[in-house]
Amino acid sequence: MVSPIDIRNQLDTFLLSAQKPGRYVGGEFGQVIKNWKKIDTHFAMVFPDLYDIGVPNLGVTILYDLINSRSDALCERAYLPWLDMELKMKEYGIPLYSLESFHPLSDFDIIGFTIPYETLYTNVLNALSLAGIPLHSSERTELHPLIIAGGHSAFNPEPMSDFIDVFVIGEGEEIIHELLDAYAQWRKSGANRLELLERLQQISGIYVPSLYNVTYNADYSIRSVLPISENFPKHINKRFVAKLPDPPSRFLVPSIDVVHNRIAMEIMRGCTRGCRFCHAGIVNRPVRERSVDQIVNAIDKALTNTGYEEIALLSLSSSDYTHLSELVDALTTKYANRNVNVTLPSLRIESFSIQVMEKLRSSRQGGFTLAPEAASDSMRNRINKPISQEMLISTTNAIYQSGWSSIKLYFMVGQPDETLEDVQAIIDLSKAVLQEGRKLIGKKASLHAGISTFVPKPHTPFQWAPLDPLPSVLLKQNMLKDQLCGPGLRMTWSNPRETILEAALSRGDRRLGAVIEAAWRRGAKFDAWQDQFNFNAWMDAFDEVGISHEFYTFREHSLSEVFPWDHISTGVNRRFLENEYQKSKSGELTADCRNNCYSCGILPTYKDLRRANPGNSWLCPEVKI
Amino acid sequence: MIRVRLLYTKGESLKYTGHLDLHRVWERSIRRAGLPLAYSQGFHPQPRIQQACPLPLGFTSVSEMIDLWLTDDLPLENIQNSLIPAVHTGIEINQINLVPLSAPPLQTIVCASDYLAVFTAGKMRGNIETQIQGMLSMTEILRERRGKSYDLRLLIQQLKSITNPKAGIFMRLSALPGATGRPEEVLDCLGVELNTVQIARIGLIFSDQV
Repeated sequence: MVSPIDIRNQLDTFLLSAQKPGRYVGGEFGQVIKNWKKIDTHFAMVFPDLYDIGVPNLGVTILYDLINSRSDALCERAYLPWLDMELKMKEYGIPLYSLESFHPLSDFDIIGFTIPYETLYTNVLNALSLAGIPLHSSERTELHPLIIAGGHSAFNPEPMSDFIDVFVIGEGEEIIHELLDAYAQWRKSGANRLELLERLQQISGIYVPSLYNVTYNADYSIRSVLPISENFPKHINKRFVAKLPDPPSRFLVPSIDVVHNRIAMEIMRGCTRGCRFCHAGIVNRPVRERSVDQIVNAIDKALTNTGYEEIALLSLSSSDYTHLSELVDALTTKYANRNVNVTLPSLRIESFSIQVMEKLRSSRQGGFTLAPEAASDSMRNRINKPISQEMLISTTNAIYQSGWSSIKLYFMVGQPDETLEDVQAIIDLSKAVLQEGRKLIGKKASLHAGISTFVPKPHTPFQWAPLDPLPSVLLKQNMLKDQLCGPGLRMTWSNPRETILEAALSRGDRRLGAVIEAAWRRGAKFDAWQDQFNFNAWMDAFDEVGISHEFYTFREHSLSEVFPWDHISTGVNRRFLENEYQKSKSGELTADCRNNCYSCGILPTYKDLRRANPGNSWLCPEVKI
Repeated sequence: MIRVRLLYTKGESLKYTGHLDLHRVWERSIRRAGLPLAYSQGFHPQPRIQQACPLPLGFTSVSEMIDLWLTDDLPLENIQNSLIPAVHTGIEINQINLVPLSAPPLQTIVCASDYLAVFTAGKMRGNIETQIQGMLSMTEILRERRGKSYDLRLLIQQLKSITNPKAGIFMRLSALPGATGRPEEVLDCLGVELNTVQIARIGLIFSDQV
């Protein structure tokens, strides 16, 4: 076994030949180093991408803080090495190690992966392999760490179920403690690994895939997903915190530049708008807000703890935060002369957003970003994101007039039943916005259209919808590329082949485990990096395993079909989603649910929790006794 | 407004942090300390921090220097006490002094750096003394770095092997703008592989000391 000291010393002999060696040595201000020998449970938190991307992750920040606040556990971190470093590590026989104590990952009791998106799956396999840990859950014994995973992609855990022992569904703040307690008790009992998995499955929100059995129909679709014993629940209800705890105020300050160098302050969770393509909008229900005091206090502490000069106020839809004006006023008064920059993404298309942004920034550097997603009224109705043309133009005009010369608009192509007229509307709208801007501020006005491609996601009203076929997406992208050009106009788009992969993995089932492994063996990793994405490796992997990705991508799923994730419950019921899907087809809107409850299912599922937490802490109605 | 000069140690955990990143590390350290760091005027206010000549990546140092401007006239002792718990992991403050606001920029007063390369194996490499003498006896050592040719010999002010406290090589290299000697270039001439030594900067030499 390699010791931490060996690893540290070895690193010094070759790190200078790696790109950005600072990624691989930790040493951040605020990192927690505990006495390894005096701690019972050693937890390694892995964000399966590069250090630069992983360090700013808020989920890791929260769990790192919570686990390290326990006296019986420690939490250290690891990220994936870049390709050059991976080669060096293999050459020198260095396994994946933690940045705090340089212990090999295989020395830890529990390894937790946070997997926010599907294109990290091959990196998870790569991490296990670099750590020298058997890839498959079935090959691991009491001698190996317990491998757990959570994050948004865990709402459909099935594609990774060969590799992960235990999934945590939903928010981690409470369940992490229950999991660590259960682990510690199991360790004391000396029982075997199966016993551990069975005990963990008793915790609400935990899913152990090996304790569930999948059967299939002759047409390849799923017949059932059922627990192997009556002791385990048929449905796994996600966990969430009934009342948002104080936000973290301890953030790591890295010694090198990473993608976001800032305090990430989550002001609310969830969104009441109900856009039909949006995964986050469903899985994060109910909507819960933090108080202005809670936020300002945490920011105060975080500024003192970190010295950061930027704060990002995060949520799915900042404009919907009830006390936004009050919060922005409090922050601007407090930090007026302290060289603190406050950013506020996810603003709605309305003049209020501009007033807020004007208060936050004295200088107008950077652009102003809005996400209309669709440009024609019919498409807006179908996706349930209504905004009138007049409102949009008057907002963008006001933005240009307020001193921002550059506006970025996000649109999506490939949404269900999209026509070429809907695509043409994106072109016309973008040109109209820029033309108006040029009338107001002249040639310095510019517009950037960011065009993504729709991916049907589990647990959303569009979970039944087909992915737009490749030729259709290419046609639409070419149409946009031909016309969204010229002075002041810029367009970026997503690689439609990456979209196919994302779509296949999003709605995948257990049988994709073999494909993920085959793709990884063929060299696929860092799939989320455009320059690393290897479509051929993936297509060859599908061929090798004998599965067609089209079963998961281009096919409209029937309303009676059993989904691979049907046993994982977000609290929002399938009937509600189906109704939304039907309403989408007829172009019918569903209004903001903070004004009127549409019975999505959250309240019946979590009625006891709501009863125990009455009042404004949720934006759902009260539950009658 | 005051101008404070700090002499500090840049330790192991910061050795892969480059010059520009170190600037941010210092800005945040000073902000954590709650000190009233001065910023430049304009649309992109920049912290008023000056570093002396950059330390190459992978080296530690016991004699780094930085000047910072504070908007309030605080006693040096208070500044030091605020900084100690707030500085980034790997930084230790060795000395703190006030400098006149009008003093010349830190970068312009350093003329040479002292480096010590210690053999990690613990003993001197065989014929190193002969090679040092050989190098010193040359009148010109033409080398190329990043496509530009230069005379390394001109930049070597002192070069000797030492045994105390550890076996290694001492170098005093010129650190003037456009004429900065790099220890790894000297070691390369001596045939010493970089992964067999640990290099630390142990001193800065100022123009008025020459």
